[in-house]
Amino acid sequence: MLSKKLSKVALALVVTLFLGACATQQQATTTTKGDDAYTGTETVKYLADGVPDRVFFSTNKSDLTSAATATLAKQATYLKANPTLNVVLEGHADERGTREYNLALGERRATAAKNYLISNGVAANRIKVISYGKEKPANPASNVLAWSQNRRTVTVKTN
Amino acid sequence: MRYKIFKIIVLFFILTTNSFALVSVDITRGNLDPLPTAISDFYLDSKLGDNIKNLKLETKIPELIQNNLTRSGLFFALEKKSFIQRPEPAHNKPRFEDWAFIKTQVLVTGKISLEKEGRLRVEFKLWDVVSATELSALAFYTTPDNWRRVSHMISDKIYERLTGEKGYFDSRIIYVSETGPKVDRKKRLAIMDQDGYGVKYLTLGNELVLTPRFSPASQHVTYMSYFKNLPRVYLLNIETGLQDLVGDFPGMTFAPRFSPDGKKIIMSFAEEGNSDIYTMDIKTRVVEKLTDHPSIDTSPSYSPDGSYIAFNSDRSGFQQIYTMKSDGTNIKRISFGEGLYGTPVWSPRGDLIAFTKLYKNKFYIGVMRSDGSGERLLTENYYQEAPSWAPNGRVLIFYRETPTDSGGRGGGAKLWSIDLTGYNERLIQTPTDASDPSWSGLLSGK
Repeated sequence: MLSKKLSKVALALVVTLFLGACATQQQATTTTKGDDAYTGTETVKYLADGVPDRVFFSTNKSDLTSAATATLAKQATYLKANPTLNVVLEGHADERGTREYNLALGERRATAAKNYLISNGVAANRIKVISYGKEKPANPASNVLAWSQNRRTVTVKTN
Repeated sequence: MRYKIFKIIVLFFILTTNSFALVSVDITRGNLDPLPTAISDFYLDSKLGDNIKNLKLETKIPELIQNNLTRSGLFFALEKKSFIQRPEPAHNKPRFEDWAFIKTQVLVTGKISLEKEGRLRVEFKLWDVVSATELSALAFYTTPDNWRRVSHMISDKIYERLTGEKGYFDSRIIYVSETGPKVDRKKRLAIMDQDGYGVKYLTLGNELVLTPRFSPASQHVTYMSYFKNLPRVYLLNIETGLQDLVGDFPGMTFAPRFSPDGKKIIMSFAEEGNSDIYTMDIKTRVVEKLTDHPSIDTSPSYSPDGSYIAFNSDRSGFQQIYTMKSDGTNIKRISFGEGLYGTPVWSPRGDLIAFTKLYKNKFYIGVMRSDGSGERLLTENYYQEAPSWAPNGRVLIFYRETPTDSGGRGGGAKLWSIDLTGYNERLIQTPTDASDPSWSGLLSGK
């Protein structure tokens, strides 16, 4: 008696699931904006006069913006002028993503900055990368401005 | 760091299974009509000493059973003060008309007596009031300080007898305890019973720890730690407190989980901006690379039979869920709805994959079949992620974050559970903020 009742419910469930599937099998589209990297200076610190310590990224992106490459070019010049300095590049994500994916994204952002420094003549063995994912926000607020300030790679001197 | 191992002997002494019981609970739909249940106080054998009597187990055990059953959302507990019959006669020979009068459909009774060497015998009986029959009866032998586990095991037996499915009460949850300001959060591994009791901290909080997961086969946990500022996957024995680095990778390893047999750890390794999925055999230390793609591949989770792996990849340009055979072949995208998908976790029953979805700036916990069909969203919120299945595959635990204000104040993270039906969403109380929950298997085995 119980099993009969259960199988009826199961059948109803299967039908519902099937209908649900039809409704959701659409072309996947994205809900993220393409170009929302932070352009201000509010959270920025300086490695030296005129050498900003961080670059910012768009949501879900690790491409370097033109502002980012301008900053990294200054960092490269500074590092080449100070050849005993070593750095760690800390890659970060905003809080609007799953923890594990954000760890990978932070690593990708830090590596993007590292590759730019290397291509501008900084020795690879002077640069380490670490990802903190969304674990260490620079701005703890939960709003669009804070998220843009938190999608970043920060260059930190290690000696 | 030691966790006591409890030994419990379970002995069947009577088992009157009535397969035509009138009372049953249908757990395949949202239960808007929970089963009226009367849980009588147990009665104490008069030969028990005062040291046992003072423990008040005759009320504590039924209370814990009642808490478990009502939290499942499937049972409605009647108030004790409405009970007409006393615990002792109720246990020996219930007057069913008395119990039917208060409109209960099932009755739980019990008896606590003394065995040799200070051990207790805790016996319970489950009665079908409607058909006036005994459904099951079971006795557990244990030490008095172990009464909570006995209560959980009795709860599981009742749940199983009335729903036809295994219970999940005799289980634990490991999670990350969070304290301090958001920009400098202190995180520690914590473990507790599934009902939130007995929180113990497994790490001190000196380094960031993330994403602990239970081994299905042993007292091991795998998790990620920033020990010495090197983000790596570790293996921790929660009985001995001993821990081990997993593999010798020249960069960040993360997103670990066990294989269903507990012999391997599957995880991501990030190198030069690319994360791929690897396994390491815990005994032989042999490492195998399963995916090789310039995109991010992470959050791997085995199917319960070990033959498939679900994972998260942005190879399409955005985060989606994929499956592959456990040797890394036959990679197939399974999520095609609008939005981004992450954290796939295979149900212990094998049929469903739970996930986190981001759509129009809201986060959802949902389930889909392992071929991607039948997507069902269970709950929507500002931020939530990381579902983990109860051992019977009927309940999911996850964490939810509330936003901070424009000054970065407020906010926080808490553990929540929800039934597979999308009903019975519940906050799980923890002494601190909490995230990254992982549900153990049944402690008493399968």
